[in-house]
Amino acid sequence: MSVQVNAKQAEALGGDVEKQAVQGADIFIQSLQNEGVEMIFGYPGGAVLPIYDALYKNPIPHILARHEQGAIHAAEGYARVSGKAGVVIATSGPGATNLVTGIADAMMDSLPLVVFTGQVASAVIGTDAFQEADIVGITQPITKHNYQVKDVNDLPRIIHEAFHIASTGRPGPVLVDIPKNVSNEIFTKADVKQNEVNLPGYQPTTTPNFLQIQKVAQAIQKAEKPLVLAGAGILHAKASKEFTSFIEQTGLPVTNTLLGLGTIHGEHSQFLGMAGMHGTYAANMAICECDLLINIGARFDDRLTGNLEHFAPNAQIIHIDIDPAEIGKNVPTDIPIVADAKEAIQALLKLGVVTEGIGDWTAHLNGMKQEFPLHYKNEEEGILPQEAIEMIHKHTGGDAIVTTDVGQHQMWTAQYYKFNHPDHWVTSGGLGTMGFGFPAAIGAQLAKPNETVVAITGDGGFQMTLQELSLLQESQIPVKVVILNNQCLGMVRQWQETFYQERYSQSLMPSQPDFVKLAQAYDLEGYKVSSLDEADEVFKKALQSNKPVLIDCRVKQIENVYPMVAPGKGLHEMLGVK
Amino acid sequence: MMKRIITTTVINQSGVLNRVTGLLMKRQFNIESITVGHTEQPGISKMTFVVHVEDQRKLEQLLKQLQKQIDVLKVNDISDKAIVTRELALIKILSPPAVRSEITSIIEPFRATVIDMSKNVITVQVTGDPEKVEAFIDLVKPYGIKEMTRTGATSFVRENQKTPSQQLSIL
Repeated sequence: MSVQVNAKQAEALGGDVEKQAVQGADIFIQSLQNEGVEMIFGYPGGAVLPIYDALYKNPIPHILARHEQGAIHAAEGYARVSGKAGVVIATSGPGATNLVTGIADAMMDSLPLVVFTGQVASAVIGTDAFQEADIVGITQPITKHNYQVKDVNDLPRIIHEAFHIASTGRPGPVLVDIPKNVSNEIFTKADVKQNEVNLPGYQPTTTPNFLQIQKVAQAIQKAEKPLVLAGAGILHAKASKEFTSFIEQTGLPVTNTLLGLGTIHGEHSQFLGMAGMHGTYAANMAICECDLLINIGARFDDRLTGNLEHFAPNAQIIHIDIDPAEIGKNVPTDIPIVADAKEAIQALLKLGVVTEGIGDWTAHLNGMKQEFPLHYKNEEEGILPQEAIEMIHKHTGGDAIVTTDVGQHQMWTAQYYKFNHPDHWVTSGGLGTMGFGFPAAIGAQLAKPNETVVAITGDGGFQMTLQELSLLQESQIPVKVVILNNQCLGMVRQWQETFYQERYSQSLMPSQPDFVKLAQAYDLEGYKVSSLDEADEVFKKALQSNKPVLIDCRVKQIENVYPMVAPGKGLHEMLGVK
Repeated sequence: MMKRIITTTVINQSGVLNRVTGLLMKRQFNIESITVGHTEQPGISKMTFVVHVEDQRKLEQLLKQLQKQIDVLKVNDISDKAIVTRELALIKILSPPAVRSEITSIIEPFRATVIDMSKNVITVQVTGDPEKVEAFIDLVKPYGIKEMTRTGATSFVRENQKTPSQQLSIL
């Protein structure tokens, strides 16, 4: 921590602290400035009044979301595309509990967040005081670590530790609960140490074991049917460049997890597409047939593996992960490596790893890629959701930052939007949070003001966090919201069609607001498109605009995401392949 | 199911016990007993758990998940090492005068102590490894146990180790 107590305050610290008080809240703001915090996503309330007062005097840009959930999802979007920790402030009680979904989401997807919550005064903690919630207890299982500040003099250290924990090792959310009196208390610690960290139990391993790296090199050389599974760990390590070199140097075929999209160019010749429940035929069959699976930075999530009994049955498994607890958790591993993805890939590049005689294998995979591509058929008038996404891709050239909610539109985006760049894909993978995409797009746009940011949502998810339209209008944040409107909860409906004999229980939503009028109510541009021609015209105009735009894109209701691996099935048992 | 004895050294922060037991609950591990107490170092506590795990893989997960906690400094599965384990139990046994001497004769070989006595009940303290405590309880059960409390096991690795323990670490 390098709290630069300013001259006046330093004097105050040395002199009569009673008269010229440096309060906890002031130290809080200074600590954030010293961490290089560019913006805060938050919502004020009683227990954080001292903090907001200090912010008023000593401003850091603050994004006033219209709901704490919006604030934290925006912070997640910011963190995902910038690689920096997203900072959130909310008040005690309901303010804090409204953050829970976002915290759990960030935990599942390893996003660095530092979340500050106000708390009732220390004297009344535990008495069921007004707006009291045990947020430290509530968030214990869904944070990487959390704190309650008991003494104002600990505040700089705790804040620095929180940023350190959130953004090193496997990133994740850290919550710091600050009782109101701590914010008001006078800071008396005379010697503020620079970057003080006291974490003897936290030393993430980032450098790979060289002997293990050599084993990997040997295994790659020996393998006849090797395959690389690239996950978001590569993105968190900012290693996609090195990764692409490694792939090109070795000629290894690659598949991605959902969150790993963007680690390699979406149209790279060695890329087989995403694997898993809605992965491509080539990618899933490659996993089934390979004799060596090199997992870099992925956690063998169940949506990727399908039934574990049938997962990569013939393969030797290499797993490179920064979190030792992920190795061997779901899939037994033959060559484990605990390391930062970048360091591991660099070590492999340095060794000059090569493959030998995998020509037949890659030819076989390319054959499958050509024979069983992703496909859809439009037999009627109107827009298919897949077509809408291809159109967005066309008009953005694959360069846009794209965020989504969860469900059908998310899977179609993952399938059809081929990313040119890393860190351009922001989606809720692990927790599968509806309402994530739109606020996440706001955070992403604020992090990257010069990029085109498109929030692709469904009509269901958008209605969960649409209040953040206020932010677009207020700050003229040029996010493009595309609602793939099928008037239903598409994925729920698809499962009900497939597994519950078309009993569409509570999944159809014919009643909805007029989204165009809604946009207009917020003083934003809004368009409704129902045909391909209309869509083409509006997308072209909207995606080049420097203003926020909302597009209500009416798509066919009964359309399913294929291919699909049904729950409990192996990856080789795909439906809708051809 | 395997019974394992796991010791962890933790920073004595508020909530650390909650953190560790919460983790075990979240990951669906069964705790048979848990003891916590200070160590020779200020601010450092030691926990001893007795847990039941399905297999080696589950065990490895448990150790790694514990290790991942920021407040956890060290995790050891000491089940396969030469260890000393002790547990203390306090037992109130119904002991009307007619059977009292009989009970006392059981107490003696276990080196248990009578720490309280009333007209019809004696309170006995027994210390030893959990199996010994168990055996004692079985023997006095027929007389009628009015109340019982056990501390759970706390363990140490012996200074002299004969067998090398299995290496799970991959760091």
